[in-house]
Amino acid sequence: MLHFTRWKMIAILTVVVVGLLAALPNLFSKETVDSWPSWVPKRQMVLGLDLQGGAYLLYEVDRQDYVQKRLRSLVGDIRKAMLQEPRIGYSGLGVQGQGVQLRIRDLSQLDEVKKRLEPLRNQLATSALGGTAVNEFDLTVGNDGLVQMAYSTAGLDQRIRQIVDQSIEVIGRRIDQLGTVEPSIQRQGSDRILVEAPGLDDPERLKTLVGQTAQLTFHLVDTGVSPTADTRKPGTIVLNSTDTPPVPYVLEEAPLLTGEDLTDAQATFDSRTNEPVVSFRLSSAGARVFGDVTQKNVNRPFAIVLDDKVISAPVIREPILGGSGQISGNFSIQSANDLAILLRAGSLPAKLTIVEERNIGPGLGADSIRSGKIAAIIGTAAVCAFMVMTYGVLGWIANIAVIVNVILIFSIVTILGATLSLPGIAGVIITVGTAVDSNVLIYERIREEFRAGRSAIASIDAGFHKALGTILDANVTTLIAALVLFYMGSGPIRGFAVTHAIGVATTMFTAFTFTRLLVAMWVRWRRPTKITL
Amino acid sequence: MAHLRIVPDNTKIPFMRMRKWTFPLAAFLSIMSVILFFTVGPNYGIDFLGGTVIEIQTKDAKPDLGKLRSTLNGLGLGDVQVQTIGADNSILIRMGQQDGGEEAQQAAIGKIRTALVDQAEFRRTEIVGPRVSGELASKGALAMLVTFAAIAIYVWFRFEWQFAAGSIISAANVVVMTFGFYVVTQHEFNLTSLAAILTTIGYSLNDTVVVYDRIRETLRKYKKIPLGDLIDRAINDMLGRTVITTVTTLIALFSLYIFGGEVIQAFTLAMIFGVLAAIFSSVCVAAPILIYFGLRSDQMSKKEDVEAAGKA
Repeated sequence: MLHFTRWKMIAILTVVVVGLLAALPNLFSKETVDSWPSWVPKRQMVLGLDLQGGAYLLYEVDRQDYVQKRLRSLVGDIRKAMLQEPRIGYSGLGVQGQGVQLRIRDLSQLDEVKKRLEPLRNQLATSALGGTAVNEFDLTVGNDGLVQMAYSTAGLDQRIRQIVDQSIEVIGRRIDQLGTVEPSIQRQGSDRILVEAPGLDDPERLKTLVGQTAQLTFHLVDTGVSPTADTRKPGTIVLNSTDTPPVPYVLEEAPLLTGEDLTDAQATFDSRTNEPVVSFRLSSAGARVFGDVTQKNVNRPFAIVLDDKVISAPVIREPILGGSGQISGNFSIQSANDLAILLRAGSLPAKLTIVEERNIGPGLGADSIRSGKIAAIIGTAAVCAFMVMTYGVLGWIANIAVIVNVILIFSIVTILGATLSLPGIAGVIITVGTAVDSNVLIYERIREEFRAGRSAIASIDAGFHKALGTILDANVTTLIAALVLFYMGSGPIRGFAVTHAIGVATTMFTAFTFTRLLVAMWVRWRRPTKITL
Repeated sequence: MAHLRIVPDNTKIPFMRMRKWTFPLAAFLSIMSVILFFTVGPNYGIDFLGGTVIEIQTKDAKPDLGKLRSTLNGLGLGDVQVQTIGADNSILIRMGQQDGGEEAQQAAIGKIRTALVDQAEFRRTEIVGPRVSGELASKGALAMLVTFAAIAIYVWFRFEWQFAAGSIISAANVVVMTFGFYVVTQHEFNLTSLAAILTTIGYSLNDTVVVYDRIRETLRKYKKIPLGDLIDRAINDMLGRTVITTVTTLIALFSLYIFGGEVIQAFTLAMIFGVLAAIFSSVCVAAPILIYFGLRSDQMSKKEDVEAAGKA
């Protein structure tokens, strides 16, 4: 047990030195490390949001909201299809549960109905290779004239998946425009998006930028009726303005233009009032429509609507033919800028709601790091002192092993690019506490063997031999627990499991190799004849 | 050089004779924990209940808590709890789930922000919605079950089935008692607490396996001694190690408790309790179970013979 071949010794020491070097950059600031020559390892540990501050936002696609909106637009599409020549008579067209239904008057037209509605079923490509295409809606035509178009589970799921993909893209574009944060935007499960932005100190701005649907539409205002009157024409809607208290407007439901027609948006200042405004440029098709409408509706107000709220409703003074315009509406410089970003990046395909939010200020993160460090240093020092009191020289060996162990944990965390969180630091400290267990098991065994009458060297040899089996069993069970936690846990549980699992592995490594090597070197140097443990 | 010896050599504590008292005690504590869990219940945090926690630091070094309370309770958000943590100007604001789902939560946060933005720095905001909180709870429970299953399989392969059953029952006992600890102290039970409990599973198993390893070894060495005496001998032989390891772990945990900051204090306290419970459990539950489940030394030796024959 105590014999090491030369190459084995070299291998063990190499691992330890490589570990030291890999952990080294963490002792220096980012700037110092960046200035090092290229051949030096530079990778630093990734600190969790709880240590460096930042925002963790879990968004979920609002299925109900999406389905309602989608079905309403499907009603419009079906109406249009039925109105094509020859017209098809129907009644009772409306949203019913997760679908739309209507009743056809003339049963002889059912085949024609099928033909017209088929394209509306909207084939969705599945992203998986070799996957079969799914239709968004199922179409059932009953012989009694009842026609239903409804979401199938597969259709809705596929649709939601696409929405998540599109949303991730849009959110990415929006955050890119901020330029300052390096966020991670990931899909979570089937209908969720996780946005993590480390080091961010203004989570509210991130929230307004990420969470807004930013669906921009232009509508003509119907000034003929009061918003509270019952005499509203069909095809009009009432929307409130963003003012406090909100002012209601009656608008034509069909938008003249949407955000899709925009090619660019910039925050600028109004040349007359010097207020921040958002100026936009329309695509050529959009410009044509806009020119047409404004020509016909001089002196009528039109409303600029963002996410069902009227931001402003200017009166058309003269036809706007150039394809550009501006939105004013009590903006601050930042809110004008944010709106411009939203319009450039495009709108989200569906409403997203925040289902979980965790924001840590950078100040708190720094405090946590400081107290974590202090606790780690004091804990390690106290354990080391106790070990020396109990085991003398061998206590020192145990301490060297424990310190190497801690360094190895940090180097592995660094190399793997795993995230160190506050519970992760707790995991390291627990490892310090239990890592000495392997040394204690070995030393107590050596004592027992010596008391049983063996020679010092034979006792040491037998001590290692017998203790290592126990160490293996004990640590493998702990390792299993830590690995399960890692794969199944989330948040703090996972943060803890990472360092704990790594710690158990490095503990086994040091017990089997490094500690043994140190003891062997000590034995060769001192040739002890007595064991004073 | 004389070294510190906490446990004298050659202790002969009759643990297995004490099992008449200790085993029922463990059972009693477990059952009480379960009863308390279902009657009183733990003080669930927002991770499992949903709701909002905000930590602020007021610019004023000694803020008027009463005034703060009345300001926040005047916002019409239901019951808003305000308490200081650590320093006088570190304040934790807790708020239950708002009626009206996720959007209402966001609106509530907005109101609090507007009310306090001039007087305080927002250090931490956590909002957990109702659906997520349910999922976090079920995921945590699942993680615990899978851990148990994985460990049981490992121990069963490495030892006899009695050992597998014993280590799981002993770990479950630790988990249940730690839950009981949370109920009794009414410390907030959140995701981090779950991490603490799951860690005590690891620690408890570690400890149990070390003791079992020694019992197995002693069983092989002395085939004629009654099982109870055998187990006593094994535990006494390991007593020095058990105590020293417990002390080092507790030293590490206490330093974390004292210096690690407010955030992980409840976490470490639960772990300290868990470590003590684990030691108690591996001696007073795991070991006697081997007797109750009828582990016989002759079974062990038979298996040994078969293995020896296989090798030969």
